[in-house]
Amino acid sequence: MSLGVHPTVAVLERHLTLYRRLWQASVFSSFVLPVLFLLSIGIGVGGYVGKVQGVEYPSFIAPGVLASTAFQIAVGESTYSVLGDFKWVRAYHAMRATPVGPADMVRGHLLYLVLRVTIAVVAFLTVVLFFGGLHSPWALVTPLVCAVLTVSVAAPVTAFAATIEHDSYFSLLFRFVVIPSTLFAGVFFPLEQLTAVLRPLAYASPLWHAVELCRAATLGTAPAWPVVVHAGYLLAWAVVGFFLAVRAFRRRLED
Amino acid sequence: MVTALVASRVSPGRVGAVIGRNVGALRSGPSYWIVLVSGFFEPLLYLLSIGVGVGALVGDLTVDGRTMPYAAFVAPAMLAVSAMSGALAETTFNFFFKLKYMKTFEAVLATPVRPIEIAVGELVWAIVRGSLYTGIFLVVMVAMGLTEPGWALAAFPATVLVGLAFGGLGMAVSTLMRGWQDFDLMGTGQFALFLFSGTFSPVRDYPAAVEVLVQVTPLYHAVELVRGLCLGVPGWGLLGHAAYLVALAGVGVWFASRRLTRVLCD
Repeated sequence: MSLGVHPTVAVLERHLTLYRRLWQASVFSSFVLPVLFLLSIGIGVGGYVGKVQGVEYPSFIAPGVLASTAFQIAVGESTYSVLGDFKWVRAYHAMRATPVGPADMVRGHLLYLVLRVTIAVVAFLTVVLFFGGLHSPWALVTPLVCAVLTVSVAAPVTAFAATIEHDSYFSLLFRFVVIPSTLFAGVFFPLEQLTAVLRPLAYASPLWHAVELCRAATLGTAPAWPVVVHAGYLLAWAVVGFFLAVRAFRRRLED
Repeated sequence: MVTALVASRVSPGRVGAVIGRNVGALRSGPSYWIVLVSGFFEPLLYLLSIGVGVGALVGDLTVDGRTMPYAAFVAPAMLAVSAMSGALAETTFNFFFKLKYMKTFEAVLATPVRPIEIAVGELVWAIVRGSLYTGIFLVVMVAMGLTEPGWALAAFPATVLVGLAFGGLGMAVSTLMRGWQDFDLMGTGQFALFLFSGTFSPVRDYPAAVEVLVQVTPLYHAVELVRGLCLGVPGWGLLGHAAYLVALAGVGVWFASRRLTRVLCD
């Protein structure tokens, strides 16, 4: 770390240095998979669906797939790698021996994820643009929405990863939280189709709020609830998650 | 050739010992068996979301002159996927871990068990895991009215065959893996199969070149076989799909045991 660099930036730099050696694998998960999803479900199944909420089906699900890609990168990169940096690599313990504090570690990690997500989101948006899926200049704000979503899910998951001892909890997190969220948060079909009992679960998921905002932006329509409510909900998760993560880091580094 | 090879050298007792070791591992704690059991839910969630949720937008689907609710079209595909992912989870992640990191197989080879018996034993265990998923999934399908009980019984052995084929393939791939990074590639490949094997929409819809490409890959044959049985439309064509899966299983086991011999015994 050169003198004068903020400790948070130093942490970001460390993540980027590592990413330079691993980026190839992430191209598949963060770009190829969402595009394949859009082709299979959007265009393949969409041929039988026709119009949903007044637009062709691929245009309907593109913003949903966009937000859920951000969601999956954010969660995925806050699980094994965070626990690993405590447990197996002990990178956070190494950082603790420098002027880097727990808050810097969390901020650096989150900044890195926002960067990762933004690259994926812009690449995906470009594909959607060529498919004719963007119907409003408001589409330009979707990277911002996805960035907020990233922090609002990555921060609490990071806190969780910093608290647990065994990585098999992650399989459960993916099976019972991440995949159901992706499948039932209004990505593939409007929430009204969900039974009334299940709808509150979607309301609780940050992903649904991001999907609503992204869809409103790419289609140029109004989201289900006022924009302030959707955005406020996401920000609340981000802020609370951040403090939980910093607390979890501080506790784990005490010993 | 493969049958002769297997018959001449494989002892049921020693294969049983390999399976027994896996059963014993279940006692290592909830972390293994909870993950194992929870694997069942993934295809079920897809069925509920795409099959039922998106299905409400699709309405009825007509394929080859037969009209059916969209969920009835998707459910057999998710069943085949369930058999595939159960078998692959065991023969890729777990198999690779035992081969490369835990050195389980090196320990096993210090006993009279031979590489081919390890391959067969691991494969049988993978099929047990896959069949657990497909058995419950079939019960769910019958309960949701997506297939008839009689056809569900007919489809069950087909899912066992699907597990056999993907188990063999998984083991063969595992012996070639260099490290965890290769799993990203494998995961992408597996997901592409999942999306494009006629699972969510009929392959007839694809451009001709893509259709041919899909027909070369294994999950397509698994889906066609299982779907034909679940929908109660058996035809001679199903035998072709079954033959493809049998051949894949045979080649997979043969290749995996050869690679194991080279990696572990030289």
